[in-house]
Amino acid sequence: MIKTILERIRQGHRTMTWPDGPAPALPARFRGLPTIEAGRCPSGCQECAAVCPTGAIQTTAAGVEVDLGACLFCPECERACPEGAIRFSHDYRLASRTREGLRVGVHPLALAGALDEKLKRLFGRSLKLRQVSAGGCNACEADINVLGTVGWDLGRFGIQIVASPRHADGLIVTGPVTENMRLALEKTYAAVPAPKIVIATGACAISGGPFFECTEQHGGAASTVPVDLFIPGCPPHPITILDGLLRLIGRLETEGRL
Amino acid sequence: MRDVFTSTRNGLAIPRSRVATVELAEFRAALRTRIAAGARLAAFFGSEESDGLALYAILAEDQESTLDVARTCLAESSYPSLTPDCPQAHWFERELAEQYGVTPAGHPWLKPIRFHDSWREGSRVWSGPDGGPPVVGVTDFFQVEGEEVHEVAVGPVHAGVIEPGHFRFQCHGEEVYHLEISLGYQHRGIERALCGGPHRSTLSQMETIAGDTTIGHALAYCQTIEALSGTKPPARAQFLRGIALELERLANHTGDLGALAGDVGYLPTLSFCGRIRGDFLNLTASLCGSRFGRGLVRPGGTGFDLDGREKEELLEKLTAVARDLRGAVELLWATPSVVARFENTGAVSREDARSLGFVGVAARACGVEIDVRQDHPSGIYQFAHIPVATSFYGDVNSRALVRWLEAQQSITYVTEQLGALPQGAVLTKPGPLLPDRIAVSLTEGWRGEICHAALTDADGRIARYKIVDPSFHNWFALALALRGQEISDFPLCNKSFNLSYCGHDL
Repeated sequence: MIKTILERIRQGHRTMTWPDGPAPALPARFRGLPTIEAGRCPSGCQECAAVCPTGAIQTTAAGVEVDLGACLFCPECERACPEGAIRFSHDYRLASRTREGLRVGVHPLALAGALDEKLKRLFGRSLKLRQVSAGGCNACEADINVLGTVGWDLGRFGIQIVASPRHADGLIVTGPVTENMRLALEKTYAAVPAPKIVIATGACAISGGPFFECTEQHGGAASTVPVDLFIPGCPPHPITILDGLLRLIGRLETEGRL
Repeated sequence: MRDVFTSTRNGLAIPRSRVATVELAEFRAALRTRIAAGARLAAFFGSEESDGLALYAILAEDQESTLDVARTCLAESSYPSLTPDCPQAHWFERELAEQYGVTPAGHPWLKPIRFHDSWREGSRVWSGPDGGPPVVGVTDFFQVEGEEVHEVAVGPVHAGVIEPGHFRFQCHGEEVYHLEISLGYQHRGIERALCGGPHRSTLSQMETIAGDTTIGHALAYCQTIEALSGTKPPARAQFLRGIALELERLANHTGDLGALAGDVGYLPTLSFCGRIRGDFLNLTASLCGSRFGRGLVRPGGTGFDLDGREKEELLEKLTAVARDLRGAVELLWATPSVVARFENTGAVSREDARSLGFVGVAARACGVEIDVRQDHPSGIYQFAHIPVATSFYGDVNSRALVRWLEAQQSITYVTEQLGALPQGAVLTKPGPLLPDRIAVSLTEGWRGEICHAALTDADGRIARYKIVDPSFHNWFALALALRGQEISDFPLCNKSFNLSYCGHDL
């Protein structure tokens, strides 16, 4: 017992203070929101679009557009660009309320706003989510789990992952929705009492991710259930997920970092 | 006997013409003899070829560090099953039946493993209830009968944040007589998507076969591509890959040790390890920007390098995290209530581990001393050796102990290799794949042996790509571990293996 207590003292208190205090340090090579300087693009250049593993980049007359819902945040486009026109910034805020809002480059990211007043009143201080992995590779799942550890302590916001859809206010879905999980996702959604919300986490759940061309999957959660929040990434960093959740329930209302 | 098999080694490619085609009877007899003498079935798979459905068997000879390939061709849609003589083949033969619609006659337990339609039109071993393709979870479950026997069904969607799978327990009171594990919910169709490849999304798919094993699978894939294209990655890249593979092992073993503590209600180690696991993920992120190692391992080397300052920072952080980990984990074995719950729970015998071909932590916990890093070393492991950690009893305690021993070895290994990083480039651009080759690649992921095997066609495209995640071998170990256990010990037993659903389902 004494060993346990001494170790407890040695390990210390490590719950972060964000969003009241500073955000946890991100690695120097962290790849967040891409920035595009279309003015630097050589005429007719398609290098970034050609190397993109998921076809997330479109080059049009209006400029270069990146679909964050399909983007794997891999370093390929940044490396391929001869002019350094496309770069990943350290901005971890990526969530959007709509699929369209995730197309950046020509337009800025439509950062997620809060639920309407009625839902915000219901879920703003207590949000219970049931997680459904529908073909997820266990990376999105792992970084959702991380939010429950002492470092992040999701519970301090009244958000909790629960063990039954009957106890839940909504679903947090990962994976491209495999054919073999489609029915289970439908049934789990049906078992959540209304009003309910759905959060699609990770490139797979938004667009099929690296599997978008596979015939055994359905291209994301929206194929099967209505989605209220899209959180991009492969997988999204825990702070990106938490930022999205807090914006949805109206706990982070400013554009800037708190 | 020897000429049935063509010998190769980990990470090499040989011309397909060098692999002899033998009669089915000879193929079966040779496999039976070699497996009885101690060879392991690393992969067994079909491939549609010009002379019909070819069967390939890849035997790992761990003492000689060779991988021996044999080939036969099936003339009919049924053949005598290997499983009654070689239990290691049981899951492979179910996979073969599902993918190609051939029946291994006499297989003791022939059921789908992923519930997808046959890849060959018009040849199904199983149909769904409406005569269409099989329906996931609908199968002929084994049932124990009797007045006081009851059945418990769990999943596919589970109570925690975990992947889906279905578990069917046959219980007498609290005691589990039998557990049947039915998977396939995560099936994304990865092997089939590789035909005609590599495609633009292939590497990303390899990184997400099992997302917690990004480095392990990406490395197995890149070794395959390098073998098929005759590419030699620079020494510095080999070191970085080894460092990343051990960091991946550290993060996962740390998470598992914490979760095991949680499953016996010992919260201090659960809380500490949850955080420390993240610290290891962040070390990987300092290499490549991604906590899971996405973007690091590339055909021909690595996508990132470390400068001198970054290397010093990594070493400094590793030392601090290692100290936290030791303090957190040593509490486990200093706490009698934890040890009492770990010991004699979920034991698997060494005989079963050998005959059924378990790999990785699950095998080493039974005293089966196999480890790709020792037996079939590639890359850095050829030059810098890492001791193999084993235990004896095959129970939860042994699996926890092997993880802790391995974590300590990995910390020492990463520290040493960071100090010995050779100079030079980190990437050699690979050329096109050579035509008509077969390559086999093994890596020791944190769960165990990962095997990738590839055949190229006459144009140098991938004709068949086989992926064997360690979970493919080991899910049956969990079923065996539950026999005679109380059902309430299931979460603890399950966590002690921590197998991959998506790695199995592909």
